[in-house]
Amino acid sequence: MSFEQIKKSLLVSLWFMVLTFPIMVIRVNTIYHTVEWRWHRMFGVGISVFVLSFLWRYLMGRKEAGLKRKDRGEADILSRSQKLLHEPRFTRPAVIMAGAFIIAFPFIFSIYQTNIMITALIYVVTGLGLNIVVGLAGLLDLGYVAFYAVGAYSYALLNYHFGVGFWIALPIGGGIGMLFGILLGFPVLRLRGDYLAIVTLGFGEIIRLVLENWNAFSFGPSGIANIPRPGLFGVDFSLREATIYIYFLMIALALFTVFVVRRLQNSRIGRAWIALREDETACQAMGIDKTKTKLSAFAMGATWAGMAGVVFAAKTTFINPASFTIWESIIILCVVVLGGMGSAIGVIIGALVLILLPEYLRAFSEYRMLLFGAILVIMMVFRPGGVVSEVRQTYQFKGKGD
Amino acid sequence: MKPVLEVTKLTMDFGGLRALDRLDLIVQEGEIVALIGPNGAGKTTFFNCITGIYPPTKGEMFVYPNEGHPVSLKGLKPNQVTEKGLARTFQNIRLFPNMTVLENVMIGRHCRTKSGIVGAVIKDKRTRAEERKIVEDSYTILEKIGLTRYVNEFAKNLPYGAQRRLEIARALSTEPFLLLLDEPAAGMNPQETKALDALILKIRSEEKISILLIEHDMKLVMSLSDRIFVVDYGKKIAQGTPKEIQNDPAVIKAYLGEDIDA
Ligand SMILES: Nc1ncnc2c1ncn2[C@@H]1O[C@H](COP(=O)(O)OP(=O)(O)O)[C@@H](O)[C@H]1O
Ligand SMILES: [Mg+2]
Repeated sequence: MSFEQIKKSLLVSLWFMVLTFPIMVIRVNTIYHTVEWRWHRMFGVGISVFVLSFLWRYLMGRKEAGLKRKDRGEADILSRSQKLLHEPRFTRPAVIMAGAFIIAFPFIFSIYQTNIMITALIYVVTGLGLNIVVGLAGLLDLGYVAFYAVGAYSYALLNYHFGVGFWIALPIGGGIGMLFGILLGFPVLRLRGDYLAIVTLGFGEIIRLVLENWNAFSFGPSGIANIPRPGLFGVDFSLREATIYIYFLMIALALFTVFVVRRLQNSRIGRAWIALREDETACQAMGIDKTKTKLSAFAMGATWAGMAGVVFAAKTTFINPASFTIWESIIILCVVVLGGMGSAIGVIIGALVLILLPEYLRAFSEYRMLLFGAILVIMMVFRPGGVVSEVRQTYQFKGKGD
Repeated sequence: MKPVLEVTKLTMDFGGLRALDRLDLIVQEGEIVALIGPNGAGKTTFFNCITGIYPPTKGEMFVYPNEGHPVSLKGLKPNQVTEKGLARTFQNIRLFPNMTVLENVMIGRHCRTKSGIVGAVIKDKRTRAEERKIVEDSYTILEKIGLTRYVNEFAKNLPYGAQRRLEIARALSTEPFLLLLDEPAAGMNPQETKALDALILKIRSEEKISILLIEHDMKLVMSLSDRIFVVDYGKKIAQGTPKEIQNDPAVIKAYLGEDIDA
């Protein structure tokens, strides 16, 4: 702890004391017209910032040391912990335990808890879908929720007008989602990066505004109620049973999504998506059709959003445009970025953390957004690749090495 | 002898700047041709025009595949040009950094294979066979280029010289009949350059691929090329065998900026 460091930390804490002075120290009592000065809080801020700045420096130092070790070709601690994820000795019991917990969950916990879990699972599926677009193909899509809305309204309207049941609506919702993915994909083919993000954001809002204002078609802001829950050969479920049923249905859908995404990731198409993300010009010059590849990524991503939308409509039995705001797109994007772009396990962890944490931290609900932001910033500084970084498939050859 | 690439009166304007000015160039089958000229002469722009990255302002470009009719490259997209049998490398290395070395080469096989999304998901027999073939073919190319020890490394972790060779490997895996190399020796040390010299000769003799290369290393250019084209300010100022070019006063002037005997 050198003198330099102490001086720096003192300056930082002084800066924070000044910065937080108006909100932390002054309290104006509007009834008695008095001002309360809470000086002790200022010292609290000062001391904690002082301590935190040392912690920050220590962590940054560790991070740099890790990078240096990597340069020298030594495995760092983080990548060792990544390897653990692929060690059968560790993974097998973990998978069995997780499986047992997942099956037992709705019978141990209340309907309320199960419902939260269903929501988290919906985010797992949409997260994995968006991961195809953002994580694999590298196309920053901020209007992803539009496809989710399309799926939900497909089921609601098909059911309202034609009495179509859940199980038929599920693939149709996916199909219509895919169709919209292609339709919205076409105009944005030439854009990349920030431009793409802005335009997709616009599209997301357009879909929501159409749903909000086209009363004759979508019943406007009042939405559609009495959407039936999924059925099972005409069996009548109680609310509890129906919730458990949807829970397992969502588990199955999530597993199916993981299965498909994993297979796609290491296929000819998946490699083309990643090449597109890595270097668009080189990708084209190597013989990959940019148009087809982008559209297929948009379409595949949108399909999962469509299906998740159908389940969402069936779960809540009521939908209106308010469920499909830009905020949803941002959360799904956070799930992907936090979990690790391009990694299925990462996205699952991201979804569970981002959806379950706020639910169980209701006590801190006022600071929810603050925590959310802080976690994301810290993540981006220390693990920009997400919790689980992308692992590529390796191949073994006989007589390896030249 | 039959030509593989024939470019006539190629002109490329960037706004008011004429980067290429009625350039003619022919590459014959089995030839190694060098395109040289000072920085900013328009060499890379020439590559970008024939590979479909820029649409040229004027001019004709034809390739003559081993079998079948001549094909005009005009209006083709970069991926279509590659499908026709032209493959290139980039002056500033453009690998896929977060993919493995093998995967980089596997990308080159994309345009010669066809399994789609459904195949990828159900993994039927045909898809599995094709995937196995892609891996094997790519590995064979890595063996030829001498990169097998890096097979599962991320491309970004390779030494510089190896990255340049990987670009060549990736280009080869698209099965070209004409290979375009943009400054392949840039940044290489003398040993690496020597190995590259041998590699380019090997590609020509074993793979029956014609080569057009842009290069500043004159020793390499003189030892490799059958013919040399010299451009300056987008215009062709000389063409001929290495010997002819070495003694051409126009070339000497372009490189040194003034008369040599002054
Ligand atoms: N995309 C572009 N837009 C505008 N000018 C360009 C572009 N690409 C190249 N140029 C210009 O064309 C000229 C030739 O460039 P280039 O082909 O890269 O030269 P070389 O490869 O021979 O060094 C240069 O003056 C360069 O500034
Ligand atoms: Mg150049």
